[in-house]
Amino acid sequence: MSAAVDYLLHLADNALILGQRNAEWCGHGPILEEDIALSNVSLDLIGQARLLYQLVATLKGGDCTEDKLAYFRDTHEFRNYTLLELPHHGPLSGYAQSSPDYGTTIVRNFLYSALMALLWEALEKSSNADLAAIAAKSLKEVRYHLRHSRDWLVRLGDGTDESHARVQASLDHLFPYTQEFWAQSPAEAAAIAAGIGVDVTTLRADWDAIVDAALDEATLQRPAVSGYVTEGKQGIHSEHLGFLLAEMQSLARAHPNGVW
Amino acid sequence: MNANVEAAWAALEELTDPEIPVISLRELGILRDVRPAADGGLEVVITPTYSGCPAMGQIEDDVRATLLAKGIAARVVTQLSPAWTTDWMSETGKEKLRAYGIAPPHQTLPGSNVVRFISKPAKAETVPCPHCGSGHTVESSHFGSTACKALYKCLDCQEPFDYFKPY
Repeated sequence: MSAAVDYLLHLADNALILGQRNAEWCGHGPILEEDIALSNVSLDLIGQARLLYQLVATLKGGDCTEDKLAYFRDTHEFRNYTLLELPHHGPLSGYAQSSPDYGTTIVRNFLYSALMALLWEALEKSSNADLAAIAAKSLKEVRYHLRHSRDWLVRLGDGTDESHARVQASLDHLFPYTQEFWAQSPAEAAAIAAGIGVDVTTLRADWDAIVDAALDEATLQRPAVSGYVTEGKQGIHSEHLGFLLAEMQSLARAHPNGVW
Repeated sequence: MNANVEAAWAALEELTDPEIPVISLRELGILRDVRPAADGGLEVVITPTYSGCPAMGQIEDDVRATLLAKGIAARVVTQLSPAWTTDWMSETGKEKLRAYGIAPPHQTLPGSNVVRFISKPAKAETVPCPHCGSGHTVESSHFGSTACKALYKCLDCQEPFDYFKPY
């Protein structure tokens, strides 16, 4: 059971944290259509997270609920990829600040959606029937997410000199974080052994093909990656997750057991 | 089929979607089943459209309230599998959508779930304008007023309209 819980939390936290990040554009989108698009993507992701948290709550039993899992766990208990918690801009030093950069948002969503389009498809065959059902629904949604972010990646990459340079910089910044996709965690290994999870390394060639074809069309260079491999899915996060959680969880924590 | 099951189907026949009040839950394919439960009660099975559809809570309340008004007590069960698809929408339901100003979804093609081949989106199908019938339309955004719709514009009558996306 524990193997299933840890694995489901990884999938759920991915969806929730990216959903929360994308939702930061709600009311601030660069154009109205994109404001609506990102809010819709967030709605799908938060919906996926809810289904997964509900499943975890059922497995854990007791007084565990989806809200407890989303609002009353702390940074080290979250199991999302580090890629998904980063702010909408490149690295800064000291007290420097930056406006959100839409290219960064698009690149992040593209890299993640390309993985999930493959992973949800593979998870339709999970030995856990509930997870397989969630995967079948999520797959339909992520196809639209991938199409959306891919279209924008091409439009920005093969756009003006300014948009090309900025989206290439976002790609250079974010691409190294995708190394975490392929570094198997103990929770993933246990879930694979139990037949619940999928070995994502078997999806890598297909992911590369999706990414390379899109980058080629977008006239962008695929960055060479090496160096530190992040471990967000094992609870070791960047400093950014704490700020995200503080905003997301403050209301629920100020009014525990509040009902609307 | 016992009398209660029949009465429940009849009562729910007219119950419409909270977002699109011209189409019934049954025509949309959200209302999946009414069946006697093991404990002697009645179970109404519904399935969400999109994972995050915010109307699900409302739909559950509406189902329960509609049945209670007829004196039928029932439990509402949410079932994810098989996953909802726009292919379950009835032809009369699609016609009602068109009359309401929403272009109804195309049938999904077999294999359209095979994501690794979508690198170049297939040539978009023509979505006829629900107002003037023209096929001369263009997508303005993949996403529209709700998760299940995309935003289109008719180049002949110039009206914007929603397209219910195949899912």
